[in-house]
Amino acid sequence: MEQLQRKLAEYTTSLYNEKILDEQFIQLQQLQDESNPDFVVEVVSLFFEDSERLLNELAKALNQANVDFKKLDAHVHQMKGSSSSIGAQRVQRGCIAFRNYCDDRNVEGCLKCLQQVKNEYTLVKNKLETLFKLEKQFVDAGGSFPIV
Amino acid sequence: MNLVASSSVSWKSNSNNSDRVEKNEFPAGLRVLVVDDDPTCLMILEKMLRNCHYEVTKSNRAEIALSMLRENRNGFDIVISDVHMPDMDGFKLLEHVGLEMDLPVIMMSADDSKDVVMKGVTHGACDYLIKPVRIEALKNIWQHVIRKKKHEWKDKDFEQSTNVEDGDQHQKPPEDVDYSSSANEGNWKSSKRRKEEEDETEERDDTSTLKKPRVVWSVELHQQFVQAVNQLGIDKAVPKKILELMNVPGLTRENVASHLQKYRLYLRRLSGVSQHQNGLNDSFMGHPEAAYGTMTSFSGLELQALAATGQLPAQSLATFQAAALGRSATKSAISMPLVDQRNLFSFENPKLRYPEGQQQLNNSNKQINLLHGIPTTMEPKQLADLHQSSQSFVPMNMQGNARMQQNNALLMHMSQQQQKQPSRGQMLNESNNGQVSRPPLSMSQPLSSNGIPAAILSRNGIVDNVRGPVYNPVSQASSMVDFSLNQTTELQNSFPLVSSNSGMSTLTSKRLIPEEVNSDIKGSRGFPVGYDIFEELHQQKSQDWGIQNVGSAFGASDHSSIPGTLDVSPSMLVQQGISSMKKNGQNGNSPMGEPQLNLFSGGNLLTVKAEQLPDTSYQSNFLLEQFGQDDLMSAILKQQESVGEVETEFGFDGYPPLDNLPV
Repeated sequence: MEQLQRKLAEYTTSLYNEKILDEQFIQLQQLQDESNPDFVVEVVSLFFEDSERLLNELAKALNQANVDFKKLDAHVHQMKGSSSSIGAQRVQRGCIAFRNYCDDRNVEGCLKCLQQVKNEYTLVKNKLETLFKLEKQFVDAGGSFPIV
Repeated sequence: MNLVASSSVSWKSNSNNSDRVEKNEFPAGLRVLVVDDDPTCLMILEKMLRNCHYEVTKSNRAEIALSMLRENRNGFDIVISDVHMPDMDGFKLLEHVGLEMDLPVIMMSADDSKDVVMKGVTHGACDYLIKPVRIEALKNIWQHVIRKKKHEWKDKDFEQSTNVEDGDQHQKPPEDVDYSSSANEGNWKSSKRRKEEEDETEERDDTSTLKKPRVVWSVELHQQFVQAVNQLGIDKAVPKKILELMNVPGLTRENVASHLQKYRLYLRRLSGVSQHQNGLNDSFMGHPEAAYGTMTSFSGLELQALAATGQLPAQSLATFQAAALGRSATKSAISMPLVDQRNLFSFENPKLRYPEGQQQLNNSNKQINLLHGIPTTMEPKQLADLHQSSQSFVPMNMQGNARMQQNNALLMHMSQQQQKQPSRGQMLNESNNGQVSRPPLSMSQPLSSNGIPAAILSRNGIVDNVRGPVYNPVSQASSMVDFSLNQTTELQNSFPLVSSNSGMSTLTSKRLIPEEVNSDIKGSRGFPVGYDIFEELHQQKSQDWGIQNVGSAFGASDHSSIPGTLDVSPSMLVQQGISSMKKNGQNGNSPMGEPQLNLFSGGNLLTVKAEQLPDTSYQSNFLLEQFGQDDLMSAILKQQESVGEVETEFGFDGYPPLDNLPV
């Protein structure tokens, strides 16, 4: 239990240190309460769903012969918004860079950015899933939040 | 919820008002509609808002949100909307809401580029949040509702403030007593009753004031008003003199004052409207004369009309306004109007909507007023002749919202920076080529502003198609008349809205600026009694009272305030809504179909709480509000969050029973 707690704390700290998550995620955690005990997991799941959809849309849009940059930008913008809302900082930053390439109508740049965003997204997804697993273990072992 | 429950219990018990106040957040129960196509954000926002003890309804589609709002005009206190949405541009929604429901709207976006934020400002958003939105930012959104209401109150009761003050002094002790003793009925109710009593007392006490009935600015009345204003000259048109000139029994100085403010705003807006719609102007030009032969002295209108015709650079208006702003330093009223006018521009729609909020506005009367207003804008030449001397400025180009918005933006900047950046005004002046010559114009021409908004609205509507049906008729000369006819009520109502909007926008613009601006704003508002009263009220009134006021404010947020009384009961509003809808239908759009839209058709609507208080209670809320504004403010000022929740047993408009409050 102690170990679990420590592990969890360390893991969480590392996420913040690596800027995979930022303080917005803390805000989410603070929103969670007994009336919504799974709030964070729910929101993050929603984020995953939506992001995957957006990433697909982005890939599709970039695959067109005539890239619709406006649409592209709209998608990226939304992804930027949602990733910032949950605190997925790296994804958010990737989106910002992406948008710049959209503004420049640079397809290649966009493709690169898309890949970058995808990577960051996958990373944060894995990390969050691990985090949730750890948290569940912690709770199952009798632990309760907030830690520290 | 425990907290709520306990607080409600204590609240009822009347002995623990302070406890309740401490326990509860004052703005709890605020009915928020949040619109965002991003499901992640939507969910987060909803949770955050619920954590703030607000009543949240969410929607991922702007159209659905709009229909929800339309169906239940009285069901929400504030709207939060994303800027980028697939089905409708957030700004469009903003305009619609402002126009039709006159609710405060907060825009939000991950986009923090200045021009987008500016767009929010010019479209009349009362705030702009950058994503990711933090809960702290949401905690304070209630202030926009209060501010808006307060603004409406202020405009209407500008000169009643002293009365109010006196009234307060008279009433306070009894109020407190009643307040505490009528806990069972709910603080709101008791406050409302108090307010009614106060109002009555004030009315009796102040013979010259007469009743503070909701003044319906009928066409004739407005015409008289404008005539009086023109006669006096924009610069010299003070409510007292206007009142004397008008010689309308039953009309109070306060009524005139608030109307004047709106009118000024309107004028300002007109002047701010740039030359987008030359075409429109032309079409309009044809009409005005026919319709408004009687309106000869629209100094402000003329200017605006001139502006409208594009004869004057839009910027001159800005300059004018800047100058006006500069003058406002000495005249609190002016500063408000300036800002308000700005809002006028951005809230053209709201003006139209205003009538809906007002209860018994005579549609016909209003329509006439519209006619009055319209001609002025439409007939630059005519106006020019009339007001040559005073108005060389403002090319009120009623064309194009964009222009107006720009001007509004300019104005806003001006107002915002009024104290801080005089250079801005200069900048505007410069850009105006020194054409600004009517600072007072905006100030002293409330009438035109009233009339003009309709015109502007119509124009804007035509140009931007933002206003949809409402404005369509306006686009044509003949339609102008129709428009006015259809829009009279709206215009009528728009006046108060203007002020309220302006207040909101002023605050909004200022809100966007560091806090100190807000305080500056307050100062610059120049509400004579303003905070003093608040302080006073606050001290004397229990916080519940303040809360009540807030609640009433919340509940009445979408009601245009009428001088002295917010007697817009929910049913009235609905009626208004219905009538306005019908009007809209006449105009070619049936945006609303029948009042009973399926609020929840499609989209992710959670709940729409449309509580309709019985007319009387609602009205009493309003009455309460009137007085309570000050209280409210003081309560807010002193104990923003310690003020108890507005948990009214009696289902105060919009506030859910305590039990329903999320905890």
